[in-house]
Amino acid sequence: MYCDECKKRPATVHVTKIINGQKSEVNLCEECARAHHKEWSMAYDDNFPINKFLAGLLGFDAGKATGSVSLNLHAPGKCEHCGANYNQISQSGRLGCHQCYDRFQDKVEPLLRRVQGSNRHTGKVPKRSGGSIRLQREIQSLRAKLQQHVNNEEFEQAARLRDQIRELEKGMAE
Amino acid sequence: MRDRFVNQALTKWMEGTGKESEIVISSRVRLARNLCNIPFPNVASKAQAQAIVGQVEAAIKDAEIEETAGDLIFVNLEALEPLDRAVLVDKHLISPQHAEEASGKGLILRADEAVSVLINEEDHLRIQCLFPGLQLEEAWELASRIDDLLESKLDFAFDEKLGYLTACPTNVGTGLRASVMMHLPALVLTNQASRVLASLSQIGMTVRGLYGEGTDATGNLFQISNQVTLGRSEEEIIANLVVVATQLIDHERMARQVLLKETNPQLEDRVCRAYGALTSARIINSQEAMTLLSNVRLGIDLGIIQGVSPRVLNEMLVLTRPAFLQKLAGRELSPFERDVQRASLIRERFSLDG
Repeated sequence: MYCDECKKRPATVHVTKIINGQKSEVNLCEECARAHHKEWSMAYDDNFPINKFLAGLLGFDAGKATGSVSLNLHAPGKCEHCGANYNQISQSGRLGCHQCYDRFQDKVEPLLRRVQGSNRHTGKVPKRSGGSIRLQREIQSLRAKLQQHVNNEEFEQAARLRDQIRELEKGMAE
Repeated sequence: MRDRFVNQALTKWMEGTGKESEIVISSRVRLARNLCNIPFPNVASKAQAQAIVGQVEAAIKDAEIEETAGDLIFVNLEALEPLDRAVLVDKHLISPQHAEEASGKGLILRADEAVSVLINEEDHLRIQCLFPGLQLEEAWELASRIDDLLESKLDFAFDEKLGYLTACPTNVGTGLRASVMMHLPALVLTNQASRVLASLSQIGMTVRGLYGEGTDATGNLFQISNQVTLGRSEEEIIANLVVVATQLIDHERMARQVLLKETNPQLEDRVCRAYGALTSARIINSQEAMTLLSNVRLGIDLGIIQGVSPRVLNEMLVLTRPAFLQKLAGRELSPFERDVQRASLIRERFSLDG
């Protein structure tokens, strides 16, 4: 039996539709069935497994980024810390430990830019392990505020912020 | 019977309170965190996984945490029956993934179930806050405070450039996934839902069914969450989602008014038939129950049905789930027995209000 749609490939998918009590049958090949499926499923459907999708991206990246054989040779092996290798990661779409981010940096960075649209964290910084970066960020944001006060000629507030920034900078130097 | 509902099934997010609660069922914030120097759960050995459970359990016994987060209970998932774990999934307290393979996994729960911390799910820690109605800012504030307290005891994996490091690169950065569960029957009835919701993906939001990735939007319930976790601050992510939710609420309200004006007899018929079916059915599967409950809830919101608590939909979302029905029956039930049990439970629930 040939596919009802393309009439070329053998039909392997059989669909029975009942609409208002009217039964109709369609026999499709895999390719046409897939095209149909897209039509049937709703636009917001988010059924694809995200990890497989990511794995695909990682794999794709590997091919595209390396391109040449020489780069392939130096393609990543194993993370010394957790033992995960690049193959495992690209298959599962998950990294093995926090050091994998460092170890496979040249693969993860382009992926992040693609999936996240950015590769720089601008959010919360943990108090303890964030250490100096937290101070830096705080100083940055205070400086921005200070500039605003200066622009608005609110010198009293600006002076207060300036002192605050100095305090923080002292903290960083220590 | 009433006690049974109160004592076992009701959890805070089902209360039907909070802002915009006639459209927003619940708001949830989740923070993914990992400890330094131990492989992520997908790679960690059993001993390493257990060490993490131990460290986190010790960390929450801190008095300061209790003060901020309230009464926290530690649960070793291995010690729970599979059915009890399934009940926790039904209540949206743990993920199906977390329930499936319980070995080396733990859970911290606040007594009112608004806070849960999953240990060794995809990441070492997942701090979740689940509030009724539209309360994203409140949920974020609480999650962040618990995060701070845990961080004061535990070394989190954090990178200056990439932020919080997570097993999956889709969570790296803030580790924040915020979501709102919305009941949008009028947008569906007026054929606007797929168009409106599809447009959300263009602004970095995802739309899913009730039970997360890969599930259908049964009962006209949609879960909308942020897709991007890196490059935006937590406050920005939350604020964006609030804006999106508010717009959807406006759209849904307008669609409801249009329905009321233009198709009143049809709408009333749909709602009242749903009410009739739910209060009379002897056998009902979960899909049908959800669809009818959604219609009844719309009828309650529009004043077509009176004397039934709007909570009925929220409660039934959990109570009519397979795990819960079996928990209530105290034994395993075949799918057919569940359909019978479900119908009887729904009739009983409606008779409480009627």
